[in-house]
Amino acid sequence: MIGVGLVKYNYWEYFVRLTGDNIPDFPGEDPPSGIPIYIPVTAEPDIRRTCMKEVSVLIGGKAGDGINSAGSVVAQLLNHLGYRIYMYFDYPSLIRGGHNFTVIRGSEQAIGSCRNTIDFILALNQETIARHRDRLNAEHAVIFNADLVKSDGQGVPVKSVLEAEHAPGIMGNSAIIGGFARAASIEWETVEAVFRAHIPKGVDLNLKVARRAYDQIQPVRKISRCDSPALPLLSGNEAIGLGMVRGGLEAYISYPMTPSSSLLHFLAEQQERLGITVVHPENEIAVILMALGFASAGKRTAVGTSGGGFCLMSEGLSFAGMAELPVVLVVSQRTGPSTGLPTYTGQSDLRFILNAGQGEFPRLIVAPGDAQEAVFWSAVATDLAWKFQVPAFILADKTLSEGTYSVNDVATGPRGHGEFLPWDGAAPYRRYSDSPSGVSPLAFPGTKGAVVKVNSYAHDEAGITTEEAPMVEKMTGKRLRKWDGLAAEMDTYPALNVLGNTAASTALLCWGSTRCVCTEVAAQLGLKVVQPVVLSPLPVERLKTSLRGVERLIAVEENATGQLVALIEREGIRADKKILRYDGRPFTVDELLLKVREAMA
Amino acid sequence: MTGRQIITDTQNSWCPGCGNFSIQHTLKNILTEMEQEGRSLDDVVLVSGIGCHAKIADYLDINSFYSLHGRTIPAATGIKLANPRLTVICCSGDGDSYAEGLDHLIFAAKRNIDITVIVHNNRVYGLTTGQYTPTSPLGFRGKSTPAGTLEYPFNPLELMLASGATYVARGYSRKMDQLKGLIRGGIAHRGFSFIDTLQICATFFPAADYYTPRVYDLTGHDASSFEHACLKAREWDYSSDAPIALGVFYQKKFPTFDERMARKKMSREEQEHAIQDLLAART
Repeated sequence: MIGVGLVKYNYWEYFVRLTGDNIPDFPGEDPPSGIPIYIPVTAEPDIRRTCMKEVSVLIGGKAGDGINSAGSVVAQLLNHLGYRIYMYFDYPSLIRGGHNFTVIRGSEQAIGSCRNTIDFILALNQETIARHRDRLNAEHAVIFNADLVKSDGQGVPVKSVLEAEHAPGIMGNSAIIGGFARAASIEWETVEAVFRAHIPKGVDLNLKVARRAYDQIQPVRKISRCDSPALPLLSGNEAIGLGMVRGGLEAYISYPMTPSSSLLHFLAEQQERLGITVVHPENEIAVILMALGFASAGKRTAVGTSGGGFCLMSEGLSFAGMAELPVVLVVSQRTGPSTGLPTYTGQSDLRFILNAGQGEFPRLIVAPGDAQEAVFWSAVATDLAWKFQVPAFILADKTLSEGTYSVNDVATGPRGHGEFLPWDGAAPYRRYSDSPSGVSPLAFPGTKGAVVKVNSYAHDEAGITTEEAPMVEKMTGKRLRKWDGLAAEMDTYPALNVLGNTAASTALLCWGSTRCVCTEVAAQLGLKVVQPVVLSPLPVERLKTSLRGVERLIAVEENATGQLVALIEREGIRADKKILRYDGRPFTVDELLLKVREAMA
Repeated sequence: MTGRQIITDTQNSWCPGCGNFSIQHTLKNILTEMEQEGRSLDDVVLVSGIGCHAKIADYLDINSFYSLHGRTIPAATGIKLANPRLTVICCSGDGDSYAEGLDHLIFAAKRNIDITVIVHNNRVYGLTTGQYTPTSPLGFRGKSTPAGTLEYPFNPLELMLASGATYVARGYSRKMDQLKGLIRGGIAHRGFSFIDTLQICATFFPAADYYTPRVYDLTGHDASSFEHACLKAREWDYSSDAPIALGVFYQKKFPTFDERMARKKMSREEQEHAIQDLLAART
């Protein structure tokens, strides 16, 4: 396997050669000795002023070592020091063994991407050192399990710590985290508070283990406290789940497929608390049809999958279009084609989602850029699916779905909760009665006096099959008119974000999770960022307006062909350059900075 | 609503002599009876697949969900889970439930979802003009198998018994009174009810002359015995020549999926409170 570290490191070497200059950006510290931190320095703008407090911690080990949960505790430590968090989890598609690692990055500002450089490595096995040692930007900042790893830095004698506390092997990671906390000069009170809040079982013993390790390690580099309060940390999938519930979700139906599975797990675990129904049927075809059954009976329902599973849903999607059944489809992309790289990211399914399903029918597609946006837009998608009786997609990817973000949950409440135009009771009820907007009043089976006929065939207003040419034409027009309503509705939403230096003549064009890395790079280079969040109906006029004064448009996508570029070309908008990555790994800030510079040269 | 017109004024397009007429008529009689007994037909949903049988969704003036080919059962499952008060009846074809959507049939039986599945088993694809189905006999000459099929048919009753169905019956479109009893029994049964209904296709498989002398009613059969049900189900394998039993082969009481899935409704305030708790726990 080519590790992400290796690929990144190759770019990084190139990057160091190119730029030459260096500035330490470690928070509140003198420049650390040893390997300096390299940051590109140019005339515009002064990087020294935009330099922010930030820290990156990498935890590596085997699958089954609890890397992700250890990462969550470290993320909470940084959260409680006032940092905004992004946590990336990298793992191969297997259950035990292999190399897993997580990078927890904290910054003063909201983030959603990683750097190449690492400030602390917590090594649970030797491979972690071998793979990631070169990313470390200072000496001695390695904390390792002294029983298993040989390295410079400081070893935690995990086995003897556990023995001294009569603690089980599963608590070994608490020793490593305790050691890290001391090395980073994190006050014990913070460690205790975080453990008490976030370790569900045996917290007292875990704390004893952590404390014993804490007392054996020397401070190396202090992670300074930021001013901000701690915020909720949510994965993108959790954010999508909560957003959908806020938008009125009543049932979630899904067949497991990475990287959507953690949404199924989250909602299944929380179903009683949130008052929703969660079903895991036999396959994705059953998933979408079951959802359409739920919708026809009046329940706001979502399905979740990745590209392969969505292939199986495309006939059901077309049915939703024809039968005007509201349904939310969460599609979290991974590297394709076919089975591809199950646990790695990609943005190569946009073209598919835009076009999937036989025939022509309106659809809403939203692609949030981070967890906070995911809470908001998932609620909107759930709400509007019902308002317009259309399928609504929440298009995510592994970076968003399985990444953990700080969420500032203010003003993210939805406008509606799937309210719809109800039948006024005037008989006979006609499920597909025509109207200027194309939206028909809804009634469901069980409604007194209503005969509700849902139909996958071309049908008349009552829902009876028809092959009469004028009726087919009329009903097609009725369905397609909903596009216009949906597009007009989108005008009232922040369907397109213009970020960064809005006066700049160079703009980065992006969608979905790459927005985070683009905004960081744009901040460093003084560029504008244009991010359509709604990809169908595409806010074309707003896109054109946002590009006024832009002389150079650089598209950044994690696919091999530039699918957003192709979409906007249909509207007569051309991108000057494309920066594409399609090896399953998300862009790091440093890599993208280098690539954008090349594109601007 | 009472005394409703149960048949729509949609022009019927089944062939003269089609077995679907009797099944539709049987259902109409059942619905009329249900209404006379004081049950509202507003609470009944008919789910059909795609094929000749499925046109029944256009012909019966009750709530209907005219689904995709093979996909009656997952839609019916969703409807039942969404509103367990509804009586959900699937009219499905042998192409639908034994070929395209076989997985759903097996899983519905496994889950014991409280729906009634009537398979209009004419053992041929009618609407696509005459190809073999999973229950066509060995050697059946259809348009896709002009030299005769090379594979044995399924025995759907055996398949359903093996999958955990809690009501397994077989009827015949030319024995309407019995069929009515079997379907009513299925609707009354709490759990997954399966009624394989032998039906002639007047155009592509007019098998009445074969069925009529061979069918007999199950009498003195212990439907609570799984072993006896299996023995009776194996008597005719849908291919070789044998007597064809009609009636309820198996029935047992068992908790249903929809009962186990019941969820208490929550107010929006309670829900938002739960979300806030969750966010606090993640801080």
